[in-house]
Amino acid sequence: MTKESISAKGDLRLTRLTKSYGDFTAVDDLSLIIPEGSFFALLGPSGCGKTTTLRMIAGLEEPTVGSIHLGSTDITTTKPYQRPINTVFQNYALFPHLTIFENIAFGLRRRGIKDVDAAVSKVLDLVELPHLAQRKPTQLSGGQQQRIALARAIVNRPALLLLDEPLGALDLKLRRQMQIELKWIQKEVGLTFVHVTHDQEEAMTMADTIAVMNEGQIEQMGSPADLYDNPKTAFVANFLGQSNLIKGTISGNDGDSHIVDLFGQKISLPKNRSHANDQFIYAGIRPEKFRISRLGTPTSGNILTGGHIEDVSYIGVSTQYQVEMPWGQELMVFEQNDDGVAPFSKDEEVNISWEPVFTFGLRGDEDATAGSEVNPEELDEE
Amino acid sequence: MRKIRTPYLLLLPGFAFLFTFFILPIMNLAQTSTQTPVGGGDTGQYEQTLRFSNYIDAFVENREQFGRSFVYATIATLLALAIAYPLAYAIALKGGKLKNFMLILVIAPFFTSFLLRTVAWKQILGEEGFVVPTLRTFGIISDSTTLTSTSFAVVMGMTYNFLPFMTLPLYASIDRIDPRTLEASGDLYANGFTTFRRVTLPLSMPGVVAGTLLTFIPAAGDYVNAAILGSPNTKMIGNVIESRYLKIVDYPTAAALSFTLMVVILILVTFYIRKAGTEELV
Repeated sequence: MTKESISAKGDLRLTRLTKSYGDFTAVDDLSLIIPEGSFFALLGPSGCGKTTTLRMIAGLEEPTVGSIHLGSTDITTTKPYQRPINTVFQNYALFPHLTIFENIAFGLRRRGIKDVDAAVSKVLDLVELPHLAQRKPTQLSGGQQQRIALARAIVNRPALLLLDEPLGALDLKLRRQMQIELKWIQKEVGLTFVHVTHDQEEAMTMADTIAVMNEGQIEQMGSPADLYDNPKTAFVANFLGQSNLIKGTISGNDGDSHIVDLFGQKISLPKNRSHANDQFIYAGIRPEKFRISRLGTPTSGNILTGGHIEDVSYIGVSTQYQVEMPWGQELMVFEQNDDGVAPFSKDEEVNISWEPVFTFGLRGDEDATAGSEVNPEELDEE
Repeated sequence: MRKIRTPYLLLLPGFAFLFTFFILPIMNLAQTSTQTPVGGGDTGQYEQTLRFSNYIDAFVENREQFGRSFVYATIATLLALAIAYPLAYAIALKGGKLKNFMLILVIAPFFTSFLLRTVAWKQILGEEGFVVPTLRTFGIISDSTTLTSTSFAVVMGMTYNFLPFMTLPLYASIDRIDPRTLEASGDLYANGFTTFRRVTLPLSMPGVVAGTLLTFIPAAGDYVNAAILGSPNTKMIGNVIESRYLKIVDYPTAAALSFTLMVVILILVTFYIRKAGTEELV
């Protein structure tokens, strides 16, 4: 291998990638293809192996088993400085002793690129901070440092740009703005972005494709809408948004649908939305898909009767209800406040209904709470 | 009003101490340096005659020892830097759980006396030590060559004695470097050597400057190493001042030499800090 970086291009292919630290397996037999030009997100809770995966792609960790290919080139054991891959680090890792200009020029100078000035000014214009070229990183705000870190990476026009929780240190409002900006920049420069985050909203806003990771493996991969509408596991159902999972059994078939018995009440589940492998099943419904109706009001679709409103929270755009069902489970229901009034009050007896196409089916032997716990440590993961 | 006065009150004990034990002795020293012996008086009796040529006489007479002091101190500082940098780097970046233990080892020599450790070096480098026979076996030095009472021994002793003063500031500044900036450098096409030259070294410059000053300044004024490990041919300016003051009781010359040493070091240090540009560093 020469000192020059290799000029591979194409899809990124991870094949049976495993990384172990002693007894602990951080990444477990992971295979994945990231198409050239896509905005790809690795989403998962802290400790799921997403950062380790990213570091292996960057060359900062060596896989225990498996290979990494960029196009047709095997880069598994290539040194980081020889890979055409750049990283936007968590907390940015800007060089404190260099000016913003020299920070951005660093990669260009190492590769002996001519006309550093033009390339740096162009990328400073792209991130809209040309006036800061002669400052030092410590004189910049968090949002500005974030953009410089991005500029320092994309100025090299890498085949692959890795973003490690790039917005984690920004406040909520700035984070929203940067999400939109990052997506725009990705379109503008046409590079492949691989984005690691534990923030499901961030992943859904930006990425074309999301791979949800849990315990070193990919739980499910797909477009944000796919993952949200048709999760395959309880972990995905709970980690991306919220879900109501009701235990039941498949009691029959009706054309393209299963008939599912939920504590004595029959509902319909499209067969192609069922991921169960036997008759024991969790029927899943997103809270906003439910409709609440008073007893005796005509309803259509799947209906569950005998609900009792336990709690009402008015939160502006919607009202959230906790409805206790006859079998003791509390279901979450979000109703849009289209008419401006909360129409149901605590202790009312109601029915719950929804369109059958919104039902999804999960394996009955899963842990229904997987992925739903809120882990406060995740927020300080650095 | 209280708020404004508090910082000055806090400074008071420090100022009082410095005034009593630094400013007053320095003024006394300055006064002594221009005195001449009392005509027909006893040894050690001097009177103020404002004879500034004391300085010229003292310097001309001890040029050689002055020069030697700065050469020895420079070599010892460079050697200490060469030894301490890899040591501090390894402790800071690769030390892991053993970091604190290794730091204790660095300062462990301070638990015994400076003098005693220097005497120990005399034995290590002596005929009975293991160094001389080993070097002779491998033919690196001839059978007639000895290591004690040489400039080599003096410089080695100084390097050893001031090594912790070099290591600790270096460690502190390397330990402060965010390891992710080193990863970022590798990510941005810099290999190990370039990363060291462009990132690690510049970021550790405050430690290099502090460490070299903390080694060079005491080394230039040192006399213990030359007295114990050296010979009359390796006398440093510290040895001259010591003997003028304590043996010959020539207070004015000792004072003039001390002042000259202080001024030369001050000039060198000012020049060095300007050149190293520490104010530019974070």
